[in-house]
Order: sequence, then C-alpha cells, then structure tokens
Amino acid sequence: MWALLKGGRVIDPANSIDKIADVLIEDGRIAGVGKQVNCSENDGLEVYDVSGMIVAPGFVDMHVHLREPGAEHKETIKSGAAAAAAGGFTTILAMPNTDPAADSKPVIEYVICRGAETGINVLACGAMTKDMAGQEMAELGDMAEAGASAVSDDGYPIQNSLVMRRVMEYASMLGLPVLTHCEDKSLTADAVMNEGIASTVAGLRGMPAAAEVSMVYRNILLAELTGCKLHIQHVSCAGSVEAIRDAKKHGVMVTCETCPQYFTLTDEALAQYDTNAKMNPPLRTKTDVEAIKAGLADGTIDAIATDHAPHSLEDKEVEMTNAAFGIVGLETALSLTISQLVEPGILTLAQAVEKLSSAPARILGLERGTLSVGSPADIVIFDPSAEVTVDASQFKSKGRNTPFNGWTLKGKAQAVIASGRLVSGSFAVQSEKCSTRKD
Amino acid sequence: MDKLERKDILGLQDMSQSEIQLILDTAVSMKEILARPVKKVPTLRGKTICTLFYEPSTRTRTSFEMAAKTLSADVTSISTVGSSIAKGESFKDTLLTLQAMGIDAFIIRHQAGGAPYFAAQTVRGSVINAGDGMHEHPSQGLLDMLTILEEKGRLEGLVVTIVGDILHSRVARSNLWGLTKMGATVRLAGPKTLLPLEIEKLPVEVYTDVDAAIEGADVVNVLRIQLERMNSGFFPSIREYARMFGINKERLRRAKPDVTVMHPGPMNRGIEITPDVADGEFAVITDQVTNGVAVRMALLYLLLGGSGNVGTA
Repeated sequence: MWALLKGGRVIDPANSIDKIADVLIEDGRIAGVGKQVNCSENDGLEVYDVSGMIVAPGFVDMHVHLREPGAEHKETIKSGAAAAAAGGFTTILAMPNTDPAADSKPVIEYVICRGAETGINVLACGAMTKDMAGQEMAELGDMAEAGASAVSDDGYPIQNSLVMRRVMEYASMLGLPVLTHCEDKSLTADAVMNEGIASTVAGLRGMPAAAEVSMVYRNILLAELTGCKLHIQHVSCAGSVEAIRDAKKHGVMVTCETCPQYFTLTDEALAQYDTNAKMNPPLRTKTDVEAIKAGLADGTIDAIATDHAPHSLEDKEVEMTNAAFGIVGLETALSLTISQLVEPGILTLAQAVEKLSSAPARILGLERGTLSVGSPADIVIFDPSAEVTVDASQFKSKGRNTPFNGWTLKGKAQAVIASGRLVSGSFAVQSEKCSTRKD
Repeated sequence: MDKLERKDILGLQDMSQSEIQLILDTAVSMKEILARPVKKVPTLRGKTICTLFYEPSTRTRTSFEMAAKTLSADVTSISTVGSSIAKGESFKDTLLTLQAMGIDAFIIRHQAGGAPYFAAQTVRGSVINAGDGMHEHPSQGLLDMLTILEEKGRLEGLVVTIVGDILHSRVARSNLWGLTKMGATVRLAGPKTLLPLEIEKLPVEVYTDVDAAIEGADVVNVLRIQLERMNSGFFPSIREYARMFGINKERLRRAKPDVTVMHPGPMNRGIEITPDVADGEFAVITDQVTNGVAVRMALLYLLLGGSGNVGTA
C-alpha cells in the first residue's frame, strides 16, 4: 500500500502531535506526517480524504483472551483478531490461559504462527508457571526465545510469594514484562461479585477489594526487591489505584491498566443477576469507579486494556454461581472510552489515544503504537462523534457476552490499517488518484 | 388491592406494602380452610405445580405440596437426586422440559442466589422462590409476619430481633425487607463473622451483643446455625457460640414480658436455642409451620387462582 491519508486530525501521543495533517504510508511503514505531503503527480499513490476523522496509531490491547488452542467454540485467534480490528486494535496480546496453557515454546509458537495469518499483530504472553498451577516456573527463557512478549498469571494468580519472587527475578533477567492479576484467592473462594452492600442484598458471595489490593502491594514490594518490570492488570478498585500511585511516587518500576467496564459499571449491575456483569476482578462500587477515573486522569493508570473474555452462550445462560467470569470488550472499548472518559472531560482525546496505543506499546517495549516515520503503519481512523448502538449479534467476536448490549455510545473506528494494509472498515471518500510521484 | 399484578414471587425486597398486606389477608382466609374437617377446596383444580428442589428440604417442600393439594392442584416434585439434574442437565433445559409438560407454577429452591430470577425469565409460568442461596426465602418471611400478626395483632411499631447466622441467611433477608416495609423495627444480631459486609447500610439495627439486641424486643427470631458453618472458622466452638449468642431463658428476660420466640427450623436444641425456650410459653414455632401452609396457599391462589370465592368455589 502506498497511500496518503489526507486532512485528518492526527493524534500521535508518542511524538506529542495533535494537528490537522496528512499521513503518508509506504511499504507498510509510516513515510511521513505533515501538512500537504504533495501527491499530485505521485505514481500509483492512493489518496484518501479523512477530514473530520481522527488519525491515530492503531490501538494496542495488552490483555485479551483468544481461547485458542482449546476452546475454539468461544473464540479463535482469527475471530478474536477480526474483533480487534473492528474495534480499532492492530496489536493484541493473547493471555496464556488456553488449553493447553501457553506455558511452553510450542504453544507460544502456535499462537504467533496463527496470529501472523490474521493481518493484525498478535502477540503471545507466556504463563509464569507450568500449567498455570502457580507452583513450578515455566520455561520462560524458551518462551522468550520463541517470541513471547511478556509473562502473566492472569486468571490463576500466583499465591505463593516465593514462586512469584523467583518468576520476577527470572523474567527481569530476560527483560520480559511481568503482568499480574492481583487476587488473594483465600479471600475470594466461591465468590462471584464484589463484597459489599450489593452482594449482601443479592445474597451472593463477595470478594472484598482487599483481596486485590493486598496482592497489588505484595507484587509492588516484590518488584522493588527483584527489579522486574511489573505491570498490574485490570485495576478495579480505589485501593489498588492508591497503592500504585504511591509506588510510582517512590520510584518503583510499575505500570498498570484498567478496562472500560471498571470505569463504567458498578456492582449494582448484578442486582438482577445479569451473568454478563460477572467478571473477575468484579465490578466494584461508585467510589471505586471515581478512583479509577481519577487514576486515569492523573496518569497513575497508564493503559486501557479490555480483558476481552469471550464465552459461549451456555457458559452464561446459567445460574450466577455457575456462570463463567468475563466479558468481551474489543468492539466496545473505543466507544466506552470516548463516552465515559473523553465526553465528560476526564481525559482529552489525545490522552485517551495514548492509553489505548502508545502507553501499552511502551510497556511491552514495542516499536508500534506511534506514527513515527519508519514505524509500522498501524493506524486507526475513527470518528469520535459517530453514534453507535452496541449490537452484540453483529460482533466479529464469537462472544456475545457483554453487559453493554443496546447501549448507545459515541465513537467508531471507520478504517483500520495494520502494517500498511486495510484490515477493517473502509474509507468514506477516495478523493483523487495520483498517477506520478513527486517528492 | 385484591389481585397480585405479578407473574412471580421472587423476594420481598421488590414487593410493595399493599402486596404483602394482600398476601397476609388472603392467608388468614386460607387458614380457615385448614381448620375445616375436610381440608380441600377445588380452586386450583386442573393446575399443575412443580416443586423443583436443588437443595434438601423437608418442611418447605412439604408445606408447598400440602398447600397445593389443599387447593386441588396437581403436584409433581423433582429433586437433584434421581433426576436428570444428576446427569448434568442444565437448569435452563430442566425448566424448559418441565414447561413443555405444561407446568403452571414452579416452586424453586436452589443453592445459587438469583436462580429463581433466571427461571422467571426462562419460563412462561409462575415462579415462586422457595429459598435461593443466601438471597431470599419470601414465603418464610411472609409466614413469620403472619405468625407475628396473630400474636401481636399488628406489625407496625414492633421491635423484631433476628439472632444468629445473618450472613448465610435468606430467612433474615426476607424478614428484614418484609418487616421494615410493614413498619416494624428490625434488629440483626450475631457474631461479626456471620454478619454480611455493609449490612448496616440497610434500614436495620445491627448488634454483636445479643443481650443489647434483645432489650425490649417484641419478637426474637432465632436462626439455625448450620452444621457446615460450625467447623469453618466463623466462631471458635459450639460451646462459645451457645454461651455468647444462644437464646436461653435468662437472656430472654431482657425482652418484653410477652415476647414471641420464633425459629424457622430445623432447630439445634442446646446450641442457638435452649430446649426450655424452644418448648416454652413464648415459643410459636409450631404455629409458624401451620402458617407456612396458609401463606403458601395464599401465594398459589393469588398467582394461579386469580379470583373467585375461596370458600365455595
């Protein structure tokens, strides 16, 4: 693709760019960002009019569950990647809780191989321990060699502090970011939602926020001890935000993400036993939602990820206690971010773009998430004011498990380009086609 | 109000004062039927009721069956053991299968809070919650209120103290919603480990000192300590529980002189309640059982029978 995206508002947080400009793509890479990159006589250059649109780095979701191998009825790498592209994401990091778990080189290679067929950038995250059992360290070096981008214990948090310490030490030697799901399982046994007045009234077992916060503190202390690159996954409560803010202030190398559900919904969403509001960490309280927003605004929370967790209907059309945890998120993240954070003025559009692209790319050490000249042409062209009504039946994902079905939101990805190729959507107007090139 | 404008009875939290009043009034006329020599009216003839129990139960299930049979409904009973549930059939499929057989009302007990909500959305027929996890047990709440009403002639202005394992108790939750809607003051008392988090945000008074909670109470409702809680670290020993939270004669002296003592059963005599109190002059525990049948008749009648004279139909 040799193309010019003309007249859009270019937001490239990594280079502090937010202005009307043209973006030139050549051989799958960004070839230029500027005013009136001249095209009139350029040979074979396709020119697209994207005025009125935002042109931003393709989004990076550092937290998705693609279910392959093992649960292809819920999602495949292909369907998950299609959902990602539809939502504006050009890079996704696949969590290792597959079957078999991504705890060895062959599984990592498999995910990367299948990912390469999708058109977008599918990264693999290795398990910290064998079979994600939290006991013996997995072959992290082998997986790093195979191309694993990070390690995580997501879904099966390591309880034993010594095991976590060793994993952190070993991962830091390999330069791998350590992504942790923070939960003290002894405080959350059989629980299905946040513990508080809502669980008390619903008569459902609750997990206290303390179960998350205590492990956030533990992992911060161990990161300080080991010097690893710690990243806290899906921060859901006020206590975690406070812990991370404090750690950052004291110079600990820690980053974190939250997900749209945690700045949008509270545990009241479970009052009528909607299993699509069941997730882990659970939806918390209004106070927590406010703290998450404050953490996003002041930079404590670096990134927005989705924790995209597709499930089949039969996993959710059951009693609350038997229902699977998790919701899909790739196709609603952009519009929830705009509607819940940008429209009310909590984040600027540029800050929102940063948390969806350059920040997660930086945490994972990628050359993506930016429109810098020479970097891969991963671009999302979106309309922040386009109204969308969420219709789960139209998702590219196989998962329909969203609590946002029927919501009317703002913000829609119109076209998504990954490594210079159009992977989703289309351009509304093709203004002109040049015949010769002039530099 | 002379009709219930609802398909299901899922809990007392979402029920209005006038609905509760209607059910209690109807239960009083039902009780009259139970006092007759021939305890049968044809009101629900041709209706089919299914009790679907995912948890063991003696009194609630029998009580619903008695209520249905007294109203001449046909009753079929399904429990986890010996049904397709044991073969792994999903709750949804079990419900749809029963619906296809023409069940008019489902009486559901389930260990999962909210399961009756799921059922109510799945089937066209009525669903009555016969106890769901730690959530609600509306017919128990109603029969407790009927019993208090019989003893005291009113609910408004009374002080009702509920003692014991509040955390796991659906009886406590249904009682607190029902009683507070009817104008009573509800006090909840138990060890801190068995009081659910943030319970004080509800319109109740919360105590860990049972003596203080009983002071001046009109009614003391004693909850069962379930055997499986006894060894899960909620309290150090049965001995200590009985000493600190058990209801005995001496402790009961702090209540009003005409205090009414209730227990939803089954009782652990000597643990949460001493035998002399359970069998004593203030206890109305067997009246609760009788009232349970009357209340459940009222629920079935109001949901399925709709109109018509109960006495002569």
